[in-house]
Amino acid sequence: MGGAILAIILLIGLTAPWLGTRDPSQIDPISRNKRPGAVRVLTGADGRQVSTTYWMGTDSLGRDIYSRVLYGARVSLLVGVSVALISVAVGLAIGLLAGYLRWLDGFVMRIMDGLMAVPAILLAIALVSLSTAGLRAVILAIVIPEVPRVVRLVRSVVLSIREEPYVEAAIALGARTVPLIMRHVLPNALAPLVVQATYVCASAIVIEALLSFLGVGIPPETPTWGNIMAEGRALFRVFPHNILFPGIFLAATVLAVNIMGDGLRDSLDPRLRKRL
Amino acid sequence: MLGYIARRILATIPVVSVVAVFVFLLLRLTGGDPAAVIAGDSATTQQVAEIRVKLGLERPIGEQFVIWIGRVVRGDFGESFFFKKQVAELIRDRLEPTAALAVCTLFLAVAVAVPLGVVAAAKRGTWIDRAVMGFAVLGFSVPVFVIGYLLIYLFAIQFAWLPVQGYQRLADGFWGFLQRLILPSVTLAVIYVALIARITRTSVLEVLETDHVRTARAKGLGEGAVLLRHVLRNAAVPIVTVIGLGVALLIGGVVVTESVYGIPGLGRLTVDAVLARDYPTVQAVILLFSLVYVLINLLVDLTYTFLDPRIRY
Repeated sequence: MGGAILAIILLIGLTAPWLGTRDPSQIDPISRNKRPGAVRVLTGADGRQVSTTYWMGTDSLGRDIYSRVLYGARVSLLVGVSVALISVAVGLAIGLLAGYLRWLDGFVMRIMDGLMAVPAILLAIALVSLSTAGLRAVILAIVIPEVPRVVRLVRSVVLSIREEPYVEAAIALGARTVPLIMRHVLPNALAPLVVQATYVCASAIVIEALLSFLGVGIPPETPTWGNIMAEGRALFRVFPHNILFPGIFLAATVLAVNIMGDGLRDSLDPRLRKRL
Repeated sequence: MLGYIARRILATIPVVSVVAVFVFLLLRLTGGDPAAVIAGDSATTQQVAEIRVKLGLERPIGEQFVIWIGRVVRGDFGESFFFKKQVAELIRDRLEPTAALAVCTLFLAVAVAVPLGVVAAAKRGTWIDRAVMGFAVLGFSVPVFVIGYLLIYLFAIQFAWLPVQGYQRLADGFWGFLQRLILPSVTLAVIYVALIARITRTSVLEVLETDHVRTARAKGLGEGAVLLRHVLRNAAVPIVTVIGLGVALLIGGVVVTESVYGIPGLGRLTVDAVLARDYPTVQAVILLFSLVYVLINLLVDLTYTFLDPRIRY
């Protein structure tokens, strides 16, 4: 079910330009701070009247919130998915290495523990401050705190698989390391990895919004849910729609991803199902 | 037993070292010239060079690290670029609000979450269980600042029950202090409650299946007594673990909550410092937070020995 909601949001994000939105950066000073549902009537040169309804109101610069929220979906989803993919890829690589090469294991795990000791958001903030702001920096800054968790997961899977009799048998039969990993270790690691990936995605979306909200994330020209909320802060008391709408979308998306993750976990691992 | 404690303490050293190294490298990684950053735009090359010597940037990096560690251990974090005060002083000023918020949240979260989890486990499958779990997923997903603003909107604006923002020192009056802390604590506690309640439920469920619980019931103990005396103690280990791990979330959440509610605490300091590229402060705060996290987890590990005598490695 979570997948269904997510699919809808994904769809919205992809088709944003066609959903009757206006240019999200178009500043229209006359329409500043309109409440949701306000209608604006434009009179063209030939006397015709075109009216547009601001479904979600406008912000302090007259930009249409509806459009910004929809466009924001794209960025948030992009960040979430890319962080999930990259951190899984990197975590997989490191985890496999650490699980397999004993001498590397201790060293790598200490570093991972160290990274995990710094709260994710602080780490991300610090990392963003190191480089110029921008999409790539933000993605990188979010990936790095997420990697240790993936590494731990992969490593534990690798370690447990190594002891299995069929792996020993394969080695005895002369299998070499790389095909061994591909055929035996990887499929076992896949299921929990996918589940973890969804959680990483959800976490990434939240962290990105957080970063943007605090002003250290994606630059304000590009609308992201966090950005929109950051800009709406000052006028919150009077015009709450600035914050409420992106907030609702954000919450819904993250919720959807989490539910999807839970659902995936339940179906991929029948053992856990009984407990719940 | 003492050996266990000593070993756990020793185990934290590598982790802390990694964090220290990372934090130290933070400033050097920027690629800019720290001395130039401090000196500002209108400094002459002469002044920049002087600052560089003063900061000891000329020496090899290993030596710099050692000097830095020496200073840190003595509590000297250097001077903030931006605020022109000693960083240690800055931190001391901002400590109370953050600590108050954190402690309040912690108590609130545990007090609410554990009973919720236990009840959900005891009434497994009923609407209570589903409601608690539903709430848990929600609480985990909705980001802290969204919850924050929602709560502000409801309680401070619509109903006008509580003040919107700000912080009052304890010394200035207890009631005001408490009032202003309620909303931020609740906001921050939500995500924590979600996490703890879930784990509590799972853990309690596991213990409920065990033999000794069945024995206790067979003995004729009432359900309440069974729950409290036998189940909780055994279920405690994962719960306490999660509380410890959740501190990391808490710290992250503190940063946001302070921004939302306008509380002048360490979280806000961090954000401001990062925005101003004020590296000594950023270094110090990250180091501090990480230390706190490591310490709390150490405490958690140590309490294991009380909760479950079997854990003794």
